Amino acid sequence: MAHAKNHDYHILNPSIWPLLGSLGAFIMLFGAVLWMPRVGQGPWMFLIGLALVLYVMYAWWSEVVAESKAGDHTPVVRIGLRYGVIMFIMSEVMFFAAWFWSFFKHEMYPMETYEGTTYVKPEIHHIDPFGLPLINTLLLLLSGMALTWAHHALIHGNNRKDLKHGLMLAVALGVIFTGFQVYEYRELLVYDGYTFGGEIDFANFFMATGFHGFHVVIGSIFLLVCLFRAEKGHFTPERHVGFEAAAWYWHFVDVVWLFLFFAVYIWGG
Amino acid sequence: MADAAIHGHEHEDNRGFFTRWFMSTNHKDIGILYLFVSGFVGFISVAFTVFMRLELMEPGVQYMCLEGARFFASDALCTPNGHLWNVMITYHGVLMMFFVVIPALFGGFGNYFMPLQIGAPDMAFPRMNNLSFWMYVAGTSLGVASLFAPGGNGQLGSGVGWVLYPPLSTREAGMSMDLAIFAVHLSGASSILGAINMITTFLNMRTPGMTLHKVPLFAWSIFVTAWLILLALPVLAGAITMLLTDRNFGTTFFFPEGGGDPILYQHILWFFGHPEVYIIIVPAFGIISHIIATFSKKPIFGYLPMVYAMVAIGALGFVVWAHHMYTVGMSLTQQSYFMLATMVIAVPTGVKIFSWIATMWGGSVEFKTPMLWAFGFLFLFTVGGVTGIVLSQAGVDRLYHDTYYVVAHFHYVMSLGAVFGIFAGIYFYMPKMSGKMFPEWVGQVHFWMMFIGANITFFPQHFLGRQGMPRRYIDYPEAYAYWNYISSLGAFLAFASFVFFIVMLFKLLLSPKNATQPNPWNEYADTLEWTLPSPPPEHTFEQLPKQSDWDKAPAH
Repeated sequence: MAHAKNHDYHILNPSIWPLLGSLGAFIMLFGAVLWMPRVGQGPWMFLIGLALVLYVMYAWWSEVVAESKAGDHTPVVRIGLRYGVIMFIMSEVMFFAAWFWSFFKHEMYPMETYEGTTYVKPEIHHIDPFGLPLINTLLLLLSGMALTWAHHALIHGNNRKDLKHGLMLAVALGVIFTGFQVYEYRELLVYDGYTFGGEIDFANFFMATGFHGFHVVIGSIFLLVCLFRAEKGHFTPERHVGFEAAAWYWHFVDVVWLFLFFAVYIWGG
Repeated sequence: MADAAIHGHEHEDNRGFFTRWFMSTNHKDIGILYLFVSGFVGFISVAFTVFMRLELMEPGVQYMCLEGARFFASDALCTPNGHLWNVMITYHGVLMMFFVVIPALFGGFGNYFMPLQIGAPDMAFPRMNNLSFWMYVAGTSLGVASLFAPGGNGQLGSGVGWVLYPPLSTREAGMSMDLAIFAVHLSGASSILGAINMITTFLNMRTPGMTLHKVPLFAWSIFVTAWLILLALPVLAGAITMLLTDRNFGTTFFFPEGGGDPILYQHILWFFGHPEVYIIIVPAFGIISHIIATFSKKPIFGYLPMVYAMVAIGALGFVVWAHHMYTVGMSLTQQSYFMLATMVIAVPTGVKIFSWIATMWGGSVEFKTPMLWAFGFLFLFTVGGVTGIVLSQAGVDRLYHDTYYVVAHFHYVMSLGAVFGIFAGIYFYMPKMSGKMFPEWVGQVHFWMMFIGANITFFPQHFLGRQGMPRRYIDYPEAYAYWNYISSLGAFLAFASFVFFIVMLFKLLLSPKNATQPNPWNEYADTLEWTLPSPPPEHTFEQLPKQSDWDKAPAH
């Protein structure tokens, strides 16, 4: 609805997605409360809300891609989009700060050392950091490398084949990482006496690594979307903000893992 | 003035009602939505306080009864209902913190005026801007749902205090607490998206020639606030997520019997909570700066120190959190550090206060309504700031911790600081937003009722705190009766002023436009929004403004 616009900024038409998305978020979270054990009414309301949220995400971002193809993303708009992604990642870093805070506090000042405490730390199986966790570290780092390969293939000479191969490899390694993580959780829960609740070390471990794992899944999906978009030829050597965003996000997930690996697995283990 | 800035406003606004207000991608409309919804939530939240002051008016429990809440004195049997009282204090705090002041100042005025002041045609992400607004509404809805959901003590709602400290929050029965946690999650996500939007707009969309050191102070205040939100809110989200899993999935982050630590929650909460205080007040700083300059008919004194004082306050805000928890058993070294760091904040704050005074010094001060509110802000915020210095001392805080002295202190900075900032902004910008100007007498009556009422409410609370009256109690011994009675009278007067304002607001909005000239004040209201017609057209700055439209000192 921009009339006589004489600037390069992006003025958008009215959109129903924000309203629908927020409605979905409300239904989803209310449903989550009903689903949780305290009420225990089953997941239906949550799933309806989730479906609405996912649908809005899909429709909204499809619209963004269409606007990009229509040429609305001028250079100055693309700079803004990049700022947005960087700040989103910064806020995520601060989210992780909360889990690390809890982890470091309990590692450095464990409750069993407090005067007058009745808490006794149970015997806990320590994970060998140089087994599966090290493999996982290498997997994520390799995945990041594959992504850089893809990025270079795009920037230098627009090699679509290498771009796709790099992305496929990055996603595949990410999926293997998630698989190994699930395997590790299963081992810990079934054979090594870990539980989600009851003991602070378990809570810290599962919250930090679980939240990270969730981010790996999101990042993998993000990269997968980029793969589809690369297939469709959405990216050019000059214009590929979506790809850059996915790459930054993936590297951020990588770095968080390095902190987890060195702090939680090696130092804390 | 500045015709180039308003080119293209001639076209008809032919959007339907639903399209305009429910699907908006327009920063001005979204700003207005924010102001209305936060005003509505504010009314609910203020109504709670009136009920609380009614109960506290006399010793004994007369109104919050297990037999049912009453609003008029009665001789019928009354068994005290402490849960109802706890619910009132909790929701008053939660609503004011997350759903009234941030949305009004940052969401409302920030959305409307930050892009206008920097000459941007809209926000950087107009559609996401609307997502921020509707997520705020969704969060508010969850908050209200939480109020009416089964909670602790077999009653409705959660009575755990706005800080949601464990073990109260982890042991509170019912689903009310979980809804409240998700409400805060949603409002947090809404604020974070808003912050991303504001920062990007500020960095990327300033009009040609407007370097960072030429950006108007209100836009700067929003920029600083946005950084605080971006970096502080996610930490809160982490803390309340841990509460959620402790409550529902058996984790023991805050349960000592499982090796957890309830004090850890306090640290993480206040790491967010102290920046939150500045998130609330810094946008008011911005508004006040413009008003004081305008009605002193002088440019603001010390523009650059004013900017960097805000930046310094924001940065220091992240390293002082534990002064909220001197009594939890920290080491002497820790207490000394937090005490020192806290007192350092008085320096940039002093820079701001003295610069405002210096702006007025030698100016031709005109006490129009916005200036009255700004003046009120200045006086009352200083009182609150000075009691803050008292409380910053770990030794003295031993005595005052969790007494009414603290209640008086933070209401002086927030109820009288931030809220006076909001009203100052409303009176200052009303002609711009609506093309309608309040009659001067309305603003004067509102101001004096509110000013006197709020002072009568909160000043005696210093005395109560010094007498040792603890906060968050439904009842008190006879010894505290005198000042509680006075305080309640003040609260009724302040509430009456709010009702008066709402009536007059709707009367004004239903009346015809009476102030459509671009600038109803004087030439010292010299930022870009005053070059636009009142109210501004749907799309502003379709032709970006020229430097001469806004740059009064181009040589710098």
